[in-house]
Amino acid sequence: MSMNEKAAAYWKANLRLLLGCLAVWFLVSYGFGILLVDVFNQIQIGGYKLGFWFAQQGSIYIFVILIFFYASRMNKLDRKFDVHED
Amino acid sequence: MDLKTLTYIVVGLSFALYIGIAIWAKAKSTGEFYVAGKGVHPVLNGMATGADWMSAASFISMAGLIAFLGYGGSVYLMGWTGGYVLLALLLAPYLRKFGKFTVPEFIGDRYYSNTARFVAIICLIFISFTYVAGQMRGVGIVFSRFLEVDITTGLLVGMGVVFFYAVLGGMKGVTYTQVAQYVVLIFAYTVPAVFIAFQVTGNPIPQLALGSHVAGENVYLLDKLNHVVTELGFSAYTSGGKSMIDIFAITLALMVGTAGLPHVIVRFFTVPRVRDARSSAGWALVFIAILYTTAPAVGALARYNLHATVQPGAVGSETGSLVYQERPDWMKRWEETKLIKFEDKNGDGRIQYYNDANKEFAAKADTEYGWKGNELTVDKDIMVLANPEIAKLPNWVIALVAAGGIAAALSTAAGLLLVISASISHDLLKGIVMPTISEKSELLAGRVAAAVAVLVAGYLGYNPPGFVAEVVAFAFGLAAASLFPAILMGIFSKGINREGAIIGMIVGLFFTLGYIIYFKGVFIKPMAENIAANWLFGISPEGIGVVGMALNFIVAFVVSKVTAAPPEHIQHLVEDIRIPKGAGTAVEH
Repeated sequence: MSMNEKAAAYWKANLRLLLGCLAVWFLVSYGFGILLVDVFNQIQIGGYKLGFWFAQQGSIYIFVILIFFYASRMNKLDRKFDVHED
Repeated sequence: MDLKTLTYIVVGLSFALYIGIAIWAKAKSTGEFYVAGKGVHPVLNGMATGADWMSAASFISMAGLIAFLGYGGSVYLMGWTGGYVLLALLLAPYLRKFGKFTVPEFIGDRYYSNTARFVAIICLIFISFTYVAGQMRGVGIVFSRFLEVDITTGLLVGMGVVFFYAVLGGMKGVTYTQVAQYVVLIFAYTVPAVFIAFQVTGNPIPQLALGSHVAGENVYLLDKLNHVVTELGFSAYTSGGKSMIDIFAITLALMVGTAGLPHVIVRFFTVPRVRDARSSAGWALVFIAILYTTAPAVGALARYNLHATVQPGAVGSETGSLVYQERPDWMKRWEETKLIKFEDKNGDGRIQYYNDANKEFAAKADTEYGWKGNELTVDKDIMVLANPEIAKLPNWVIALVAAGGIAAALSTAAGLLLVISASISHDLLKGIVMPTISEKSELLAGRVAAAVAVLVAGYLGYNPPGFVAEVVAFAFGLAAASLFPAILMGIFSKGINREGAIIGMIVGLFFTLGYIIYFKGVFIKPMAENIAANWLFGISPEGIGVVGMALNFIVAFVVSKVTAAPPEHIQHLVEDIRIPKGAGTAVEH
């Protein structure tokens, strides 16, 4: 692959990963915590109604995991397409 | 030792620490002044970003907002954390690769136009000053309550300290000071939370306590809280608060606004590599999440304690409400600041605290209990600050909370002042007005600009345009509607051109500004009542930045279609920032 083709393929792979991560980002906050909150509130875990838990706790934990997941997958993509630093 | 002396000592020691760090980390070049020489370790940068980000609003106001809004308060929790996902995925790594000093610089280069850069400077100054005014106000409140000086003196002392380390140390000084401030503020926030969680539920971890039983009873805290508040005519804690569309819009506006705030973005210019920018956003969110997952517990526990204090007996029974003369000491102390007020409307010498805006319940309370209206007003800002006193914690905890509140306000103020000064000395002066200026003069100009910005911020803190929370809503809406779309399109689209970006930013900015002023008034009288029936699509001014953002995208796209495509070197620039390879460790100008 030429450098330009590599860069294009890298960008495409990045966009695919990005969209997947953003889908999760949307689902746990806007989905479970807001739009479907009443449905999820039917489920009780300990003293938490699940929708309320996603809105005030769960979405935040998943955001953290999501960023580190993305960062580590991107480090692998950087090397795979030979566009890494150093 | 009495509380006041102890507070002076703790706050004094924290100030000495910040100033010591500033002297140690004095900036010697423009690179160090603007972006700390791009040599900050990603974990430390994450910690500094956490302190930079968590302002007086997060530390002082947020738990109180959640306490009174319940589920509706989730907008702040999700909104002010989810933005980091957008930052890490969509903005930070590319801006780090671009490798310059400021946000307007990126916009100016990408859209090959000094006009675009100038529009970005205007947006940045608007956003940062509205935000900084809120911080100075927070410093004033903490000083006046804990050190018993008036708000003006408090403001002056706060300005003096920020002046010293922001002007002297620049980004390098601010970064290392913020690391220290993070430690102070997170300790100050979690220690009382742990104590109170343990007192009420027997579980010391606040995140778990919120889902636990009330100590000694076989009922969950949240269920009991729902019961207590609905019995007094309030809406249930775990639901209600705001309409779904409004919750959606506000959360999105806060998330996107977070990702578009210049003082947050610029933090990711300070790390050595592109990959560090990605992980550093993750670390920042870890450090932020420690506070943000504790806050809902603090809010619920504070609300629970407040009702337990003023309504010790059964609702409506003759001796159920607290006798005013027997109120606890913390209530007396906060009454002096006028942030908590009692008015004996039915003349029985007892405090009736309930929701008299609920017509049905108010009528019932009147005929059955003889209550003539709610008698207690509690400012939401005092919930976190009064919490340790309500829970009867030792004095050193109270002193620590004071130091933490000041740390939160000062760290954010310093970060904001720095982006203001950089946009003036680097973007306006060197970039547009005097391109031939020497590095030494530019550094001096940066310091002078920071000094002037401190003075303006102090003035705004003394004469805030509207209430602090409203002012902050401004900053997020404006960032979401102006800077975020321009940066995002600059990275992810090669087709958006100069004309599209400029007109898009202007439309987004003025639409959002106009909508907020229309309902909130700020410098003029509001032109319409701020109620749901009057809102566009049922979206409140806090959430309207989302519509502004959408307009910005649409306008930029349409205008770019009908005007000349960006020149070829811009296409190469975009291709270049999309791959990490070749990012310099330090950019020479």
